[in-house]
Amino acid sequence: MDTKRRLELAIIANKVRKNALTAVYSAASGHPGGSLSIADVLTLLYFEVMNIDPKNPKNPDRDRFVLSKGHTAPALYSVLAERGFFPTEDLKTFRKADSYLQGHPDMNKVPGVDMSTGSLGQGVSAAGGMALAAKLDNKSYRVYTILGDGELEEGQVWEQAMFAAHYKLDNLTAFIDFNGLQIDGDITKVMNPTPIDKKFEAFGWHVIVTDAHDLDALEGAIAEAKATKGKPTAIIMKSVKGKNVSFMENNAAWHGSAPNEEQYNQATAELDKIIADLEASL
Amino acid sequence: MAKKATRESYGAALAEFGADENIVVLDADLSKSTKTEVFLKKYPERFINMGIAEGNMMSVAAGLAAAGKTVFASSFAMFAAGRAFEQVRNSIGYTNLNVKIGATHAGISVGEDGASHQCLEDIALMRSIPNMVVINPADDIEARLAVKAAIDHEGPVYMRFGRLAVEDVNGEDYKFELGKGVQLADGSDVTIIATGLMVEMALAAREILAKDGISARVVNIHTIKPIDAEIITKAAKETGAIVTAEEHYIMGGLGSAVAEVVCANAPCPVKIVGTDRFGKSGKPAELFKDYGLTPENIAEKAKEAINLK
Repeated sequence: MDTKRRLELAIIANKVRKNALTAVYSAASGHPGGSLSIADVLTLLYFEVMNIDPKNPKNPDRDRFVLSKGHTAPALYSVLAERGFFPTEDLKTFRKADSYLQGHPDMNKVPGVDMSTGSLGQGVSAAGGMALAAKLDNKSYRVYTILGDGELEEGQVWEQAMFAAHYKLDNLTAFIDFNGLQIDGDITKVMNPTPIDKKFEAFGWHVIVTDAHDLDALEGAIAEAKATKGKPTAIIMKSVKGKNVSFMENNAAWHGSAPNEEQYNQATAELDKIIADLEASL
Repeated sequence: MAKKATRESYGAALAEFGADENIVVLDADLSKSTKTEVFLKKYPERFINMGIAEGNMMSVAAGLAAAGKTVFASSFAMFAAGRAFEQVRNSIGYTNLNVKIGATHAGISVGEDGASHQCLEDIALMRSIPNMVVINPADDIEARLAVKAAIDHEGPVYMRFGRLAVEDVNGEDYKFELGKGVQLADGSDVTIIATGLMVEMALAAREILAKDGISARVVNIHTIKPIDAEIITKAAKETGAIVTAEEHYIMGGLGSAVAEVVCANAPCPVKIVGTDRFGKSGKPAELFKDYGLTPENIAEKAKEAINLK
């Protein structure tokens, strides 16, 4: 992508971060850390890569996305709103009793959500089912999913890893948000899932390791995944949990807690500054 | 008429009614036992072996259904409803996706394999999930027509099949209606409400009671959810005593479902024939006796219910 497009996407990604935090702040609950770490790849997918149409969210030929790490719904809702699936203003209703924006993604309530998720390990399996459906129907749509690194501790992920390789689902791309932290702390101390790359390779996947916050690198990785035939691709994204909010970065405490007013104001001020700097470079 | 296990009917019905290109059948390395191999032989391109991974199977089924497929996911009841409960609940029930779970080898009639494989809680588990339809057919024709009804119903369905060959209780011209109980014999003193292979025993219990001058109505409830509240309420009002019979735990199964209706609409004594113990190895006939799943015990419980009137 050219410099201008890269800057535009970076601006959107940071707006996605800011609106995701607004959702969590409005709800006084939710998962900010892992939402901030996946904002760049979500922006790239929904604004550049995926064949989707906010006016026709159920188009049978569309590309699919499954947020297997469903607790980071604030990031998904934020990018869907930014892309025009529903009004950004609605993000303030997140997790409220009269809202369609459920705490975890609900395919029957939220326009643009392709699969209900939240129980870890199940989303990646559903994504595999969608990829298989495309193969059975001779359709060319692709399926993308994002897993958490802690989520890899769920055995079901590896049942699906075996399945997707066995059925040669080369239309399936799984991103791993490798931020190194889960609720109880450092993933290598809680229950070490590393080496992640070698595990997926051993299961028969094509594996790419990249930077979760480098849009060019992510774009290249996705292109490589599309060009890979006969096997699914795992894109292991080294990421920063809480990315671009100084006090949230690399801090497991922000996995599942909402900022107070002061923290929210500081976080949005930091993101506004990043957005203003990017706009100045345009 | 030769006896037939309803798992055989499941496989046969998938092949019989499975012509629709949209139907996909999944199995977790048990196609020879669940009899999905009959479908596999006819439509190999639409059969997917999932290996021994029931959790993944249920979520893959959900993904296929989300992409427009009508999916049958097959395994033993123990692993379909038990091991993969949470996947069924969250990936299939909550999403209300078009997945049909074909669960074979339910109940103690599995026999020699013993307790680890004798699922006695699947009805309770499955009927607790909103959106889920639960069917427990009594014989071959009912099982085959249940598969057809599941195809025609949009949404999740759990079908409970047995390993043991059973007699026909329905005739050749039998019409299956989802959610509708079937009165097999009329009576005025008590109603025996049974499901699955206990329906045959309920009819035998009626004969025993007749010898003692007791007139028993027999109702087959093949669809446990949504349950036919009308036929149950009518039975409660007209006969004033009910005994239920199922190859399942007493907690949460057919008996509980019937009691929920009776308590709300027409309170009367309800006795539940089932078990509260884990199963064990043995021949099905021996186990039925040991666990009280016999016409004699149903008749005994019917008398107890009548005495409580």
